[in-house]
Amino acid sequence: MHTIAEAQRSAVFPEVNYLSARHTVASWLFTVDHKRIAMLYLVTISIMFALGGSFAALIRLELLTPAGDLLDSDTYNKVFTLHGVIMIFFFLIPSVPATIGNFLIPLMIGCKDLAFPRINLLSYYLYLLGATFAIIVLVRGGVDTGWTFYTPYSSTYAQTEVFYATMAAFAAGFSSILTGLNFIVTIHKMRAPGMSWFRMPLFVWAHYATSLIQILGTPVVAITLVLLATERIWGVGIFNPNIGGDPVLFQHLFWFYSHPAVYVMILPGMGVISEVITCFSRKRIFGYTFVAFSSLAIAVIGFLVWGHHMYVSGQSVFAGIVFSFITFLVAVPSAIKVFNWTATLYKGEITFEAPMIYAFGFMGLFLVGGLTGILLGSMGADVHFHDTYFVVAHFHYVMVGGMVMAFMCGLHFWWPKMTGRMYNETLGQISGILVFVGFNLTFMPQFLVGYLGMPRRYHVYSEEWQMLNVMSTLGATILGLGYILPAIYFPWSLFKGAPAGDNPWDAKGLEWETTSPPPTFNFDEENMPVVTEEAYAYVIERNTLGAR
Amino acid sequence: MAHASDSLVAHHFEDIDQQNESAVLGMWLFLAQEILFFGGLFAAYFVYRVKYPDAWAAASSELDIYLGGFNTVVLLVSSFTMAVSVNAAQTGKQQRLMMGMLVTLALGLTFVVVKFFEYKAKWDHGMIPGSGFVYHSTTGDYFAGVNPDQIQLFFCLYFVMTGMHALHMIIGAGLLLWLLALGYNGHFGPHRFMKVELFGFYWHFVDIVWVFLFPMLYLIDRSWMLQG
Repeated sequence: MHTIAEAQRSAVFPEVNYLSARHTVASWLFTVDHKRIAMLYLVTISIMFALGGSFAALIRLELLTPAGDLLDSDTYNKVFTLHGVIMIFFFLIPSVPATIGNFLIPLMIGCKDLAFPRINLLSYYLYLLGATFAIIVLVRGGVDTGWTFYTPYSSTYAQTEVFYATMAAFAAGFSSILTGLNFIVTIHKMRAPGMSWFRMPLFVWAHYATSLIQILGTPVVAITLVLLATERIWGVGIFNPNIGGDPVLFQHLFWFYSHPAVYVMILPGMGVISEVITCFSRKRIFGYTFVAFSSLAIAVIGFLVWGHHMYVSGQSVFAGIVFSFITFLVAVPSAIKVFNWTATLYKGEITFEAPMIYAFGFMGLFLVGGLTGILLGSMGADVHFHDTYFVVAHFHYVMVGGMVMAFMCGLHFWWPKMTGRMYNETLGQISGILVFVGFNLTFMPQFLVGYLGMPRRYHVYSEEWQMLNVMSTLGATILGLGYILPAIYFPWSLFKGAPAGDNPWDAKGLEWETTSPPPTFNFDEENMPVVTEEAYAYVIERNTLGAR
Repeated sequence: MAHASDSLVAHHFEDIDQQNESAVLGMWLFLAQEILFFGGLFAAYFVYRVKYPDAWAAASSELDIYLGGFNTVVLLVSSFTMAVSVNAAQTGKQQRLMMGMLVTLALGLTFVVVKFFEYKAKWDHGMIPGSGFVYHSTTGDYFAGVNPDQIQLFFCLYFVMTGMHALHMIIGAGLLLWLLALGYNGHFGPHRFMKVELFGFYWHFVDIVWVFLFPMLYLIDRSWMLQG
């Protein structure tokens, strides 16, 4: 049996590492070290997450009562829009790739840095520029179009800061494109000797698929937002029906990116889960190649399903049928992943460290999110569910229950590697359970209230729905506590945490073969890694299988 | 381990080949991104062209085919001079490299200046999208009866598409100035030419975009010109 205590007994904090290399502020702000850039991202997106979360808190407070007593309707429109814009463009899209992915991909494939370190830094500053635009929107009075910026809300009839909001998303988009470009080149060209494609950790495969979407999808929404901005500024009315323009064209162009983008928001999370499940059940992943290719399949098929957001937009029934069918298809590779993780657990030596609790939470919540997605992907059912809280619950199950759980899971798993310190394990487990319970209490009632017909994006509602809304607000409070805990014990561990040692989880993978935290160039430069075994070569230390 | 002592290789790469291959792949991916960026515009263009074929033909005929054609030739020649520059960089012919880039820059700027005068002509005729748009037909009654609003829609796309292309030209000209400054200081040699080669990729890409834009915008239906 491996135990954390055993691995840590002899652990000492390495004197030479990327954190201690230099201490000046400039050495952080102008760093080209992928690990330091990952930490810059981590700090910034945490702030954005807190900001977006505070808007969520306002929404839940307003919805505590059926009457609109806290916010007026215009303010409410701005609050849910800002919640969406900030959470999607400034938290979910960069969450795992820009932080954990940025940190780990060079470590996992055994090289010294990403292929283009300066472009990596540029991508961080583009993100920061976008975040600045988002703050400008906030200071100047907000934006009220919904995060989708649908025309003509955002063009002819907009009274709010649409221009700055589009610039915010535009800058964040190019940051995302450059991250993806860097990952693909790095994965193609920088793998260590022996690190063949099918020896790569599935985390890397997931990021490869994510990067494809970032490169091929994001530019389309970028140009769409440029068109929207030109319409706002110069009256160049590409989507203006008065001169024959088509507002629905905006929806098509928008969802051509923004549907694949939801896979940018979930694929990296799936990569995290593959790493954590194998480690804490001490088993090889079940069906490695299937899991690897299912990431690519999700990325490719994900480009062909955008019309399922538009069943009620006047799109033709034939187009709807095709989009509906392809939407069902994309469920197949997603299901392959869940089945394979489950099969990996089978007869594993499962332990329940904090990352594993988050991973289990992910599997349950993603399953619910995915299955309700099939309901919404059915043309007929969607007409009933469209723009109700059912949709809100569905995508929060995938985005928060999926991606945020996976982000927390990965953060707990690799925190010892990133900082060289252990966090408080008990508090970690408590936070994992709090988040799971609070999340379900928040969003499960929203399925019900949505099914009953409560529309999204209104600040008043019928009295018979109050009970379910009170439950939801109560759940959100628990969920908030679950997120505040790590915000306390992670920083605390930086100063007081026990040294983690190279490999506190006794995990497989090149990242665990260097010190925690790693040196500036990741490995001992005279002895760069050479890979001789497949990924996840875990061995269960017991005599006969099934003896327990 | 094959440690590169050569200062041309950045520390995180093993050798010059790995570095060069990474740079080339990175540039291809950047261009893939660019294709999708323009792709959104092309999609909008085709949607409306299929929807309003008559207005598209009429509006297209308002563009100056001679200036557009001249610019097409200018860009194609500039692609040739850029290819010469890349070859000169790879073979270490310093003088030819500098001449090639200088001519490319001159041709690129020529394109932008001609484009400016095309825009100015449209401005003078009030054919700028917005509340003040007016459609002055110069084709007689050949396209009689088209909807002027749809003409305006065409010009919305015309200005955004060619404007986005011109922006890429201007960025390209800026990069060329930078490369010329580097070359003037003796930066390039037979083992150090990737910057020129990668810029060549970019320049050819911007040219190719124009090769599509020109027929799509200028040549939809020019049969009226043959009817004297």
